[in-house]
Amino acid sequence: MTTFEGVVAATRGRTANFRTCQFTGLKVDIAAQRLIIANAVAAVVFLAIGGLMGLMVALTRWPAVHLLPAEWFYLILTAHGANVLLYWIIFFEIAVLYFASAVLLNSRLAAPKLGWLGFILMVAGAVITNVAVLQGESTVMFTSYPPMMARPHFYLGIILFAVGALIGCGLFFATLMIARAERTYEGSIPLVTFGALTAAIIAVFTLVSGAIILIPTMLWSMGLIRDIDPLMYKLVWWAMGHSSQQINVSAHVSVWYMIAALLLGAKPLSEKVSRGAFFLYILFLQLASAHHLLAEPGISSEWKIVNTSYMMYLAVLGSMIHGLTVPGSIEAAQRRNGFNRGVFEWLRKAPWGNPAFAGMFLSLVMFGFIGGISGVVLGTEQLNVLMHNTIYVPGHFHGTVVAGTTLAFMAGTYLVLPLIFQRDIIWPRLARIQPYLFGLGAAGISMFMMGAGTLGVARRHWDINFTDAVIGFQHSPGAFLMMGMNGISAILAALGGILYVLIVVGTALFGKKIVAGHKMTFPLHSSANVVSKYGSEGHIKLPGTIVLVTIFFLSFVLYYFVNWKYLSDLWLFR
Amino acid sequence: MAISSPERRVWWNEPVERLELIWIAVALLWGLFMFFFMIAWHFIGGQNLSSEAYRVVPSAYQEKVDAFAEKYTVGDESGTPIVRPPAGVDVYLLGRLWQWWPVLQLEKGQSYRLHLSSVDWQHGFSLQPTNINIQVHPGYEHIITLTPTEAGEFGIICNEFCGIGHHTMTGKIIVVDSKAEAK
Repeated sequence: MTTFEGVVAATRGRTANFRTCQFTGLKVDIAAQRLIIANAVAAVVFLAIGGLMGLMVALTRWPAVHLLPAEWFYLILTAHGANVLLYWIIFFEIAVLYFASAVLLNSRLAAPKLGWLGFILMVAGAVITNVAVLQGESTVMFTSYPPMMARPHFYLGIILFAVGALIGCGLFFATLMIARAERTYEGSIPLVTFGALTAAIIAVFTLVSGAIILIPTMLWSMGLIRDIDPLMYKLVWWAMGHSSQQINVSAHVSVWYMIAALLLGAKPLSEKVSRGAFFLYILFLQLASAHHLLAEPGISSEWKIVNTSYMMYLAVLGSMIHGLTVPGSIEAAQRRNGFNRGVFEWLRKAPWGNPAFAGMFLSLVMFGFIGGISGVVLGTEQLNVLMHNTIYVPGHFHGTVVAGTTLAFMAGTYLVLPLIFQRDIIWPRLARIQPYLFGLGAAGISMFMMGAGTLGVARRHWDINFTDAVIGFQHSPGAFLMMGMNGISAILAALGGILYVLIVVGTALFGKKIVAGHKMTFPLHSSANVVSKYGSEGHIKLPGTIVLVTIFFLSFVLYYFVNWKYLSDLWLFR
Repeated sequence: MAISSPERRVWWNEPVERLELIWIAVALLWGLFMFFFMIAWHFIGGQNLSSEAYRVVPSAYQEKVDAFAEKYTVGDESGTPIVRPPAGVDVYLLGRLWQWWPVLQLEKGQSYRLHLSSVDWQHGFSLQPTNINIQVHPGYEHIITLTPTEAGEFGIICNEFCGIGHHTMTGKIIVVDSKAEAK
């Protein structure tokens, strides 16, 4: 164990400064707290920028509004992808990693100075890429498929960002080692930390894949490499692009468990099952690059089937398990809290007025029903041909990344603000409706884009009227209706997003300082600081959860076969 | 709780609730079903994307498409030739900035070996309103045996971003029903 001791020894120079949280009893390293705040603030800044860009994109795609000219539309769309999908989410995830390691384990954070270096690299990278896009010669979309070429600093920015994020992951691993060596906790790490560990392991795979493909692509853009094969690029780029979405899944599932624990006192139904489900992610989620190669030339069906299904859907199995165990642990906790009548009293009397809970539960439901089911259908070898590169694809991933991850992170913020920023949330009435407003908008954009994609509307496309095309084409009226509804939903989501940013910034600057004895506006569960209430839930009947997962399963099977019916009506091809 | 360490140090021996076991079994079996259904569709289904593809130099592909068009041109649509190949032969379609070239005229119920490639950037072959979507790469010649099952005029749009004129990139496939014409 020399490396182990080496890491611990190398970081021993610092005397950490701790405070004890009055609500949870956890010891919080002030250095970790500062880094969590910095990363969370950066995340919210990029969410604000990228979110407004998203609104402009949706308003342009609303045929009756058609906001931006074509050149600006494609430019803003490129920046929208990078700002929300990479910067907002990964900054927030780095904050989650520091929280799940240093704070939850009562440990000091390893090498906070390196953490600041990582942070600075990430900020610099994000700014450089945004500058490159706004200069106008790097309108290549977020995916930057060759032979379309961006300016070198477009790639450089993303590479710097990835290196910074890798440093953050390294600090997370080192903090786990320190906590173990210094015995700041007993037994195994908590489930939430285990989920964060899953996210960090996948993040290393992802960020390294990104570097492997973007460094040569940058050299190609500088004229030092002659050629980048477009198929090879896609294979490796999506090992970053899709697998990074699996960081999100692991991170937001951890956030679900964390919110359920802090607000309801929920325990996992069984440690073994929930951890096993995370472990399935580590083993199989990285195969997802195949989802982007199902419509490509020259790839064998055998390869596609094994990879696109994450090896017989074993990673989907992981998500389906969390789909049972998260609501199951909530039901068990609520029944223990006294809401034991009938099948659904536990759900009716859940703290729906607390934005952390409302956001978390909406995220859980929408990630499963909208993002999850559509993802499996879209990733089925033959069904992909029905939707490949139509606007169904952004419909699907707004279901996972906006309705799922973003909403879960917003919900988590309502706990980060009082517990880490130590400020009580301002405007509680507005905060109460924020997750519903944003959730409704996010559900709308996902479903209406999926609907329009089913009718053939292309993604990343400025003009569904084809006004300037030599050979005209007319989409069905339904497609225009769907794109209009998408625009309206985007306005709702944007209002929810603006509200979120205002509440976060307002609270961070003007929220009431939380001192000893303070009563929070949105209180935690009374058992949040009772250490003895840990462990698996044990025997308890969960009829409500059974009903929920049955509805989910039937919807899944039905939607799956409806799409096979659509496919069987197509022209024949082999 | 999920934010604290498991109660028992040896948590991996704890019994699992029956509800969890049943759900795991259901989800696992459903996953296996979906996996084997993809394989089964190769035997029972009529829509499976071919994996036949060759590397090709873009200029060489361009020559093949030109020769093909010259041989079978029967008309003109807004400056783009309408090409009607006999049933069963190799048919070529070219994606370039910003058109699908040429316009193809095919017969309902007949099979054609459709060659797809690009001479510049990536493009997205999107046949509408049928909704068949296939990625087209420069340097790769993808061959699909295609059988139209309905007559009429079908638009081809581009659904891979290919620059500022992307939204003007269209083409057309006309499917005729020669049996209906004969009546």
